[in-house]
Amino acid sequence: MQGSMSKDVMTTLVVSAALIWALPLMVSTYTLTILIIYGMLGLSLGLIWGFGGIICFGQAAYFGLGAYTYAIAAINFGESTIPMLLAVIVPAIFAALLGLMMFYGRLTDVYLGVITLVVMLILFKFINSTAGPQYVIGNARLGGYNGIPGFQTLNVPGDPSAYIWGDAYFYVCAVMLALVFILVSALLRSSFGRIAVGIRENETRMSLMGYDIRARKTILFSIGAAIAGLAGALFANWSEIVTPSLFSLRQSAEIIIWCIVGGFSNRVGPIFGAAGLAYIKILLGQQSMVDNTLIMGIILVVFVLFLPKGLVPAVAELWNISFGRRKRGASRSGRRVRNRGKANG
Amino acid sequence: MSLNRRTFLKGTAATAGAAILPNILSAAGDTIKLGSVLDTSGGFDAYGKPMEMALRLAVSEINEAGGLLGKQVEVVAYDTQSDMALYSQYGQQLTREDKVDVVHGGILSASREAIRQTMRKTNTPFFYNVLYEGGVCDRNIFINGVTPAQQAAALVPYAMEKTGKKVYILAADYNYGQITARWIQKFVEENGGEVVGVDFFALDVSDFGSTIAKVQTAAPDLVIAPLVGGAHLSFFRQWAAAGMKDRIGLASTTMGVGNEHKVLTAEEGNGIMVAYNYSQELDTPANNAFKESWSAAYGDSSAIHELAVSHYQGIKTWAAAVALAGSMDRDALINAMESGLSIEGPAGNLSVDPQTHHAVLDVHLMEIENQGMRVIETLPQQQPIDTQSVCDLQANPDDNTQYEIEI
Amino acid sequence: MDLSAVIFIEILYAVASLIMISAGLAVVFGMMKVINLAHGEFMMMGGYTTITAVNLGVNVFVAMLIIAPLIVGLIGLVVERLVIRHLYGRLIDTMLATWGLSLFFIGIVTMIFGNTTTGISTPIPGFTVGNYQINGYNFFIILVAIALVILLYAVLKGTRAGLIARGTMQRPDMAASLGYSPDRIYMATFFCGSALSGLAGAVLAPLVGLVPTSGAAYIAKAFITVIAGGPSLIAGLVSSSTVFGIISQTFSFAVSPVMGEVALLVAAVVLLRLLPQGVTGKFFKGKL
Repeated sequence: MQGSMSKDVMTTLVVSAALIWALPLMVSTYTLTILIIYGMLGLSLGLIWGFGGIICFGQAAYFGLGAYTYAIAAINFGESTIPMLLAVIVPAIFAALLGLMMFYGRLTDVYLGVITLVVMLILFKFINSTAGPQYVIGNARLGGYNGIPGFQTLNVPGDPSAYIWGDAYFYVCAVMLALVFILVSALLRSSFGRIAVGIRENETRMSLMGYDIRARKTILFSIGAAIAGLAGALFANWSEIVTPSLFSLRQSAEIIIWCIVGGFSNRVGPIFGAAGLAYIKILLGQQSMVDNTLIMGIILVVFVLFLPKGLVPAVAELWNISFGRRKRGASRSGRRVRNRGKANG
Repeated sequence: MSLNRRTFLKGTAATAGAAILPNILSAAGDTIKLGSVLDTSGGFDAYGKPMEMALRLAVSEINEAGGLLGKQVEVVAYDTQSDMALYSQYGQQLTREDKVDVVHGGILSASREAIRQTMRKTNTPFFYNVLYEGGVCDRNIFINGVTPAQQAAALVPYAMEKTGKKVYILAADYNYGQITARWIQKFVEENGGEVVGVDFFALDVSDFGSTIAKVQTAAPDLVIAPLVGGAHLSFFRQWAAAGMKDRIGLASTTMGVGNEHKVLTAEEGNGIMVAYNYSQELDTPANNAFKESWSAAYGDSSAIHELAVSHYQGIKTWAAAVALAGSMDRDALINAMESGLSIEGPAGNLSVDPQTHHAVLDVHLMEIENQGMRVIETLPQQQPIDTQSVCDLQANPDDNTQYEIEI
Repeated sequence: MDLSAVIFIEILYAVASLIMISAGLAVVFGMMKVINLAHGEFMMMGGYTTITAVNLGVNVFVAMLIIAPLIVGLIGLVVERLVIRHLYGRLIDTMLATWGLSLFFIGIVTMIFGNTTTGISTPIPGFTVGNYQINGYNFFIILVAIALVILLYAVLKGTRAGLIARGTMQRPDMAASLGYSPDRIYMATFFCGSALSGLAGAVLAPLVGLVPTSGAAYIAKAFITVIAGGPSLIAGLVSSSTVFGIISQTFSFAVSPVMGEVALLVAAVVLLRLLPQGVTGKFFKGKL
């Protein structure tokens, strides 16, 4: 990562402004909104897995938790500002508690994966079995398998009847993603972020240097959950219904696939991976020649075999090879990915 | 800037959309556009695929007969891949970009609720042609599947008379199962019986060993099982494998909707009592003609199931209403639908109930026999009494809720 | 009294079916440190193979115990050569690649067999315990599971092939210098693991309605059981299956099957929190 933070912010602002202006000319804003939301979800996993080395198979849990928190709170409050805040806070607290349990229990690599997966499945099974009339929070029926429809969608803060929807909602989501992106950049540039990367590279070394690894991992995990929760709340506003499938294995799998295809250890990779694959999925639904699951499967296998670092780093490297001087940073980060794979195995 | 960005945006979006979609033949408005959202891949495609076939069959029949109002009907179909988020996506796409005249589709109740408000906001008439839990009250939607009261009112007295008064209910744990279980309970008590136990199962439960032992402890005369989907099919198999079939009677309000009885062997399935709107074994001229044209289009007619026929009948009802209305205007269509419209479908006579926008239809009491459904008795023209008790769109046309019916 | 006998049999059955479900995954993970997330789909294909064979007129037991493991083992072999081979030592990458494979297989099977539920009926009649009827097929599954564990133990402990396999897993470089090709041993192991998955799918097929997406129901359970079992292959498999089987079945009887599954998951979280390396990370250390 070269350059200063202010340059980083400027680049982000210019690029995102250009994209926000240009993309609606090609794709409808309604589709773009969901791509942005998935991008944010991808970024949340990219942050904790790619930069923190926390293997999380259950990122969908925080996405779903954010969406459900928003839906339940929106029904009870009848406006959207407090629910939006809650949708960020509740998943963050939940993840912090889970993180405390996991990281202070000295759980590492694949065992983390199992615990996060299992916690997600528990949430899924619980929400799935709340169809009966006894499961009520305030005025909100949890609804079980059928989910919760018909809640208050996003409104201008303070004025519950002024809905933000359609094109305006797209701009809100786009700005949110840009903000989250800048915050993530700032976080990674801070000493906290650099230490997090250090922990990913070598936990023992960092703990011998006197850093409290467990607390730092917990905080990072919780930040990732907060971002996923925000994405969940935005999703709830977009789809106007929340269902337990948000917590499903399939949703979690998709998040991981996005990150793999985009590339884990950089900030833009997961976003583009998510948006690109979600768009492919939407396009695939319009044809019936080939089974869609089959295509997603092939994409994943091909990427793991031939582009294990993901598309964005590969393109960047190609760019460097063909147009630029070979930067030391590029080859270094390449080796780092390889080491990570080994360290986990 | 002199170029109006909004119009430019719309123009490009439309061209991009048309370029992507292979099944839009012409962009101009010389056809009637019928939007379809069904799960034709993923976990629910056992329901969705035959429904899609029924849709294509109905539309080609309409077009062969000269189309509607002198125009051909064009299908704009999306596969929602058993993913609820894609329903939201394609619902928007159908109404905002493709600007279809009507939408037929949705399978699970969650999928219906995901798009119902979009259809309402954009004034696109919406037909949900599936058996479901009842209670939806919305002027913009028409529903022609049987509801729990229609089924249970027919099934429970028959099954109790045949077996006995003590009933155990095993239901799928979601909206449909919960509500159906309550209706069954009500009819059991009305008929002088007693419910000795109710259990609910999440849709992915596939091991019923402990349940079968539990049922035996309660020693009922009859088990009624509104269980749903592939995993729950295991119950019927394990029930037979434990040798329970000859000891305790078994009835269901869902088994067979997706042709599940063709998966069970004859020994496993024989004697299970069900009640639906349609059976392949219905020996009526309308059904024989329907099966013939299905075979002509797809080779053989074994894929036909309850939901496919519902979907077929929904499209035919819509076509009849358009012809009657004489225009594609939404209010004219709704008025035509509410005029006491009725059609003769493969499953018998079906008429639209103006008060609830649900259907008045024949319910057939049947028993599974050699992987078919033998019709025992036909209860003609059953009213959707559950929804009628809460919903009156004539008195209150702005209603927009799914009622939870108090029993 | 009758009821407790029934409950006892059901618990035994739950343990046995967990062992069956997890065995294939445990072999591949325990020996090669590869987590095969397409395991559920291997089971699903075992089921489809059995059903196809039975419909072609093959005896149901031959189809379940011989044909299905063979066919699925061969599929596993092809997968190993084409994909897994390139990813040894990269745990996360193999998980992702096999996840992709699982989607791929779901797609293929959907295109071949369609998505309608299929199945065969159980070949063994019901069984009476006092006033209760139980599924006679449960006993068959219990028997197969016991035979499986004994066979695994015998092969790994008693035969030369098992010795070579264990040696290679511990020190591939040493095995190679002694003239055994790790590549071929990995290949053979993956074949065996896949065959076990196929066997499990085949044996469980008569109890369920099979769809191409059936595999998803097994993979999470198998994954949890194997990880909670820890490093020792057989001891881990049996001990964690026993713990989870008893817990889930007890809750199924006391509350409902859904609570049984939730109890299993909660137990897994607690177990891993207390024993971060799995059951055999603490007990039965160094055992097979």
